[in-house]
Amino acid sequence: MNYFPDEVIEHVFDFVTSHKDRNAISLVCKSWYKIERYSRQRVFIGNCYATNPERLLRRFPCLKSLTLKGKPHFADFNLVPHEWGGFVQPWIEALARSRVGLEELRLKRMVVTDESLELLSRSFVNFKSLVLVSCEGFTTDGLASIAANCRHLRDLDLQENEIEDHRGQWLSCFPDTCTTLVTLNFACLEGETNLVALERLVARSPNLKSLKLNRAVPLDALARLMACAPQIVDLGVGSYENDPDSESYLKLKAAIKKCTSLRSLSGFLEAAPHCLSAFHPICHNLTSLNLSYAAEIHGSHLIKLIQHCKKLQRLWILDSIGDKGLEVVASTCKELQELRVFPSDLLGGGNTAVTEEGLVAISAGCPKLHSILYFCQQMTNAALVTVAKNCPNFIRFRLCILEPNKPDHVTSQPLDEGFGAIVKACKSLRRLSLSGLLTDQVFLYIGMYANQLEMLSIAFAGDTDKGMLYVLNGCKKMKKLEIRDSPFGDTALLADVSKYETMRSLWMSSCEVTLSGCKRLAEKAPWLNVEIINESDNNRMEQNGHEGRQKVDKLYLYRTVVGTRMDAPPFVWIL
Amino acid sequence: MITELEMGKGESELELGLGLSLGGGTPAKIGGGGAWGERGRLLTAKDFPSVGSKRAADSASHAGASPPRSSQVVGWPPIGSHRMNSLVNNQATKSAREEEDAGKKKVNDDQPKDATKKVNGKVQVGFIKVNMDGVAIGRKVDLNAHSSYENLAQTLEDMFFRTNPGTIGLTGQFTKPLRLLDGSSEFVLTYEDKEGDWMLVGDVPWRMFTTSVKRLRVMKTSEANGLAARHQDPNERQRNQPM
Repeated sequence: MNYFPDEVIEHVFDFVTSHKDRNAISLVCKSWYKIERYSRQRVFIGNCYATNPERLLRRFPCLKSLTLKGKPHFADFNLVPHEWGGFVQPWIEALARSRVGLEELRLKRMVVTDESLELLSRSFVNFKSLVLVSCEGFTTDGLASIAANCRHLRDLDLQENEIEDHRGQWLSCFPDTCTTLVTLNFACLEGETNLVALERLVARSPNLKSLKLNRAVPLDALARLMACAPQIVDLGVGSYENDPDSESYLKLKAAIKKCTSLRSLSGFLEAAPHCLSAFHPICHNLTSLNLSYAAEIHGSHLIKLIQHCKKLQRLWILDSIGDKGLEVVASTCKELQELRVFPSDLLGGGNTAVTEEGLVAISAGCPKLHSILYFCQQMTNAALVTVAKNCPNFIRFRLCILEPNKPDHVTSQPLDEGFGAIVKACKSLRRLSLSGLLTDQVFLYIGMYANQLEMLSIAFAGDTDKGMLYVLNGCKKMKKLEIRDSPFGDTALLADVSKYETMRSLWMSSCEVTLSGCKRLAEKAPWLNVEIINESDNNRMEQNGHEGRQKVDKLYLYRTVVGTRMDAPPFVWIL
Repeated sequence: MITELEMGKGESELELGLGLSLGGGTPAKIGGGGAWGERGRLLTAKDFPSVGSKRAADSASHAGASPPRSSQVVGWPPIGSHRMNSLVNNQATKSAREEEDAGKKKVNDDQPKDATKKVNGKVQVGFIKVNMDGVAIGRKVDLNAHSSYENLAQTLEDMFFRTNPGTIGLTGQFTKPLRLLDGSSEFVLTYEDKEGDWMLVGDVPWRMFTTSVKRLRVMKTSEANGLAARHQDPNERQRNQPM
């Protein structure tokens, strides 16, 4: 390759798009490093505190697309205080100052303010795509800046964010000249929507492929929107009223029939199940169906809908579907690759919830299944062994038995053997979440067999430090390890400090690690940020004479090339 | 762990189930006004160091009987907060609708298994958002955990204006008590009702307030002019502090 001029090598590199591969290329030799860094357009930073904007820009001056992730995963479950960090402002400021030609920004679990959005909208002439997932800190005023100032906006995709809604005028901030929208997703907005502005926007966006509405968009508006956008591929229905008048309903049916490109359906945030039949004509084309927010769709209406969806590859559903419903899925959806079953009733499971039977049925009926997230009331080892036999191709296997520490409900044994069977059979397993009663044994299996495992979530599991040690020693590809309420302590934490350099992060909350253990770790590994999150009085920890032995509530550690961060709140103690 | 810290506080009679230990606490009586009475003090985030302020209302369920339900453990089951809020809202609406269909019933105090929050037969969604002028990041409060305006005001004061050394409230710089309700301080407490109007907190009886409130805002008194006339521009900008 060294006989070729740089431009040729660069051209070859253009075909290499995955981040992993590009990272690997850059390590081959100095000349490749240099060519790669100037030609790199898309950068992914899995932990925004692992580096800083200045280093990013120094290395990749031709950056066009940036993906940043902020808070650790357990922040989704309220285990990380709001003020912990993950601010996007310094990144946007640095990018703006450097005049890099940013076109796309994708953020997950970061704090975004209206000021950041305004700065973003004004600083990059070619800005095209904004994707915000599980972010917070901004209002619809920030969205208004994006709408008003980004002349070539293609994607505005807001997924599960906490957005303060100042009621609906942001949609009218899109200028009449804006006709480039391809994606518009505002399903997570809680407030009113200016329907007139929305309809006009959709009507002048011929390239619109993905439209996800919020709960404030009623059925008759939906009909009109679909009539203006028959080219739609991905639709999120907002409110699907209780008693639509027959005229609206007929209009909707007519509009839906024209949407022959529709492949993905979601939403139904407030749904009248008997109207679902309007969608039956296009169901045979659907590859993705997300009814996980549609609490009112269940029973026979749901089953009838699913029976029409023979090409489904992805299904997100509530457990009100029941084992019987999952059997229908198993016999209908032979192309199914990803299934997520969420709980619908947290107050104390009814008999409509799902059990191990549903999981087994799916595994038997859907040979292409590779990703599953399954919340259920009970599980058995036998079922898991069967699932492992039926589906050795799992890449992601996340099982959540709702009651912590629940054993096999038939044999009362721990579920070690069941999960062991999964990791042994699924040689490509990259992500695993455990639940139920588990001893150190399951971790022995994981360490032994889960060679490709990158992310492991542990809760209320294990007996001794050995459990954690099996995992740290065995899983060579481990990137993110998150543990809560498990009896792992300093011995496991400190056994192999260099391991953490190969990982993105480690989270341990309500475990047995002590302050002195964490301090020792921080001393041994200056290239790690070791954060103690302590929402009670920090002072108490210091003043207490037995401080060393005090157990740490929440520990979050991650490798970084830029040392201690400066924006940590007072209750985060970086050792 | 959570249990140790709670016991150490010396506030013994707290039954509020926010993130209580897996063993469950003493059964709490859900009942009519004054249930929290003189002894109740609202537990706030500072009592539960591992609890974030955005909890599913559901985790405040008061089951006295063991085994602990999954909903009593903080951050469990592992469902994203956005989804959790939607779930809670759906359950509340569903129950409320069922209540209406079945006719109004008074909740019987002798049914400790009834874990939904019902006051006088109406299910309420517990957590609502609170924003304060000048503070970028909002909080949430559980209305069901309060019995009066004074209670609520105290909680909000604690949330936004902590005076304990070693901890900083969201604003940091204010240390004098808020006195949100008597009009004597720099701030007033307002709320958005079901009709979308912004109103001054305190005019109607507490129960009526809890059924009609959608969210709260701690507003600068200077901006609250005209609240007596019960109208507030709903599009009033909230200024965010730069991060």
